[in-house]
Amino acid sequence: MQAAVAAYVQDGMSIALEGFTSFICFAAGHEIIRQRRRNLTLMRMTPDLLYDQMIAAGVASKLIFSYLGNPGVGSLYCIRRAVEKGIPRPLELEEYSHYGMVARYAAGAARLPFYPLRSYLGSDLPHVNPQIKIIDDPYGTGKIAVVPPLNPDLAILHAQRADAQGNTQLWGLLGMQKEVAFAAKRVIVVVEEIVDEAVIRADPNRTLIPGLIVDAVVHEPYGAHPSYVQGYYDRDNAAYLAWDKLSQEQANTEAWLDEWVYSVANHTEYLEKLGQARLVQLKPEPYLAPAVDYGRYR
Amino acid sequence: MSELAYSASEMMIVIAARKLKGARTVFVGVGLPNIACNLARYTVAPELELIYESGVYGARPERLPLSIGDPTLVSGALSVISMADLFGLYLQRGLVEVALLGGAQIDQYGNLNSTVIGDYQAPKTRLPGSGGACEIAINAQRTFMIMRLKKRAFVEKLDFLTSPGHLTGGNSRTQLGIPGGGPELVITDKAIFNFANPERQMQLVELYPGVSEEQVQAEIGWPIRHAATLSVTPAPSVEELRMIREELDPQALYR
Repeated sequence: MQAAVAAYVQDGMSIALEGFTSFICFAAGHEIIRQRRRNLTLMRMTPDLLYDQMIAAGVASKLIFSYLGNPGVGSLYCIRRAVEKGIPRPLELEEYSHYGMVARYAAGAARLPFYPLRSYLGSDLPHVNPQIKIIDDPYGTGKIAVVPPLNPDLAILHAQRADAQGNTQLWGLLGMQKEVAFAAKRVIVVVEEIVDEAVIRADPNRTLIPGLIVDAVVHEPYGAHPSYVQGYYDRDNAAYLAWDKLSQEQANTEAWLDEWVYSVANHTEYLEKLGQARLVQLKPEPYLAPAVDYGRYR
Repeated sequence: MSELAYSASEMMIVIAARKLKGARTVFVGVGLPNIACNLARYTVAPELELIYESGVYGARPERLPLSIGDPTLVSGALSVISMADLFGLYLQRGLVEVALLGGAQIDQYGNLNSTVIGDYQAPKTRLPGSGGACEIAINAQRTFMIMRLKKRAFVEKLDFLTSPGHLTGGNSRTQLGIPGGGPELVITDKAIFNFANPERQMQLVELYPGVSEEQVQAEIGWPIRHAATLSVTPAPSVEELRMIREELDPQALYR
């Protein structure tokens, strides 16, 4: 991870560390904080704790998003501090709705000039974000909203497994992982397991990101903690609740960053500090899908 | 039978569930709406399938989800898809019959603000923003708003219009080309409102037991309109309360 971030993340870049509630790659975000990158444009539909931490650490100057919340818990205080008070530095916001962000990634992925969607009519959002436009339907009589493509310089996406070439399989909440991967100029995938290419080929419907568009593969078990990976570990909700309290003050937030990010060398040390017992508690009971028969045709 | 004690949240859950009677699909938010939809599934709407913006159709959560992206929504669901497909093929296609929405502010036409309090560029309070609410409000066949009555929430003029309701009233919504039917009910902790008049203005239609009109008016920033007939909402039944307390929210997270 250290090498991947050093090689691919530069100051001033636009980066999407995506994943809707699950697959949020904290291991990568923490490494970016440790390497003290600055002036990043961060994009995520739901900034979540990870971007709250990164913004509190001062890595970003701009955020493109659609929902600013600690999911199921409350506010994201560090982002609010940056927006409302410029602490630790001012943060520019560019705001969409969820479908607007999805549509931007989809346009970016297919290299389209824009993407039409049934949203924004009657809303104030287009008034504060000139990137959202309401145009005449070229084939009808009505109005339709359009948004431009979003092509991050780099996407960092977590998943269950990939082979060494980066052919990546994921299941659970698919979110916008596939669209972001195809939209990005470079892609790092971070996985719970590296598997043989034969494992990937045995279940090709599950491959959402082909190695063709992947620049680096990082093996980082529990790399999405305290978010979750379907079938591997549950969300560590205690961490989300604790963040809600401690992040309300910048000083406590900085103390947390010192303890859990700057003072650990890497994610392995973070996990050791967390303790095996806590990780074991997060393991769900198995709930296996029966294998399907693709058939052999020869 | 003696009077049952129940909380305002329990009443809101029970009402939202009852109003989902006969519905096939509902777009669910976390917390209270989630409990209401599951209660409806066990009582008045056995055919109801739960849709979550995280990409889940037909969820059968085995525990109370912590968020709309909880892994319990995936296991055992009918279908789990990308968010592009969820918004494009389910919501925009018109397959969402009822959506439950809320916000920090609502006006008399059911327009919602979940973006900022104060000026957008220099907000007093920065709220979460739209999430999927803007397109849900536009594409769902009908929407129920679930909000506690508070003067700072029921305002004459929104600080920001995030999600369109009946806009400026009358047929302004249809004229703009918005496909979904818009706000149908506002379910609060004291009373129920609908929009069943030509102006599409919020009107008081049911008061909860023991609540007076004055108590309701005191929490609303405009003179309230009344439906032709005003009734008293039946209190939660023993069975409704039992299901909430023993099965749907045994840890009392949302009560």
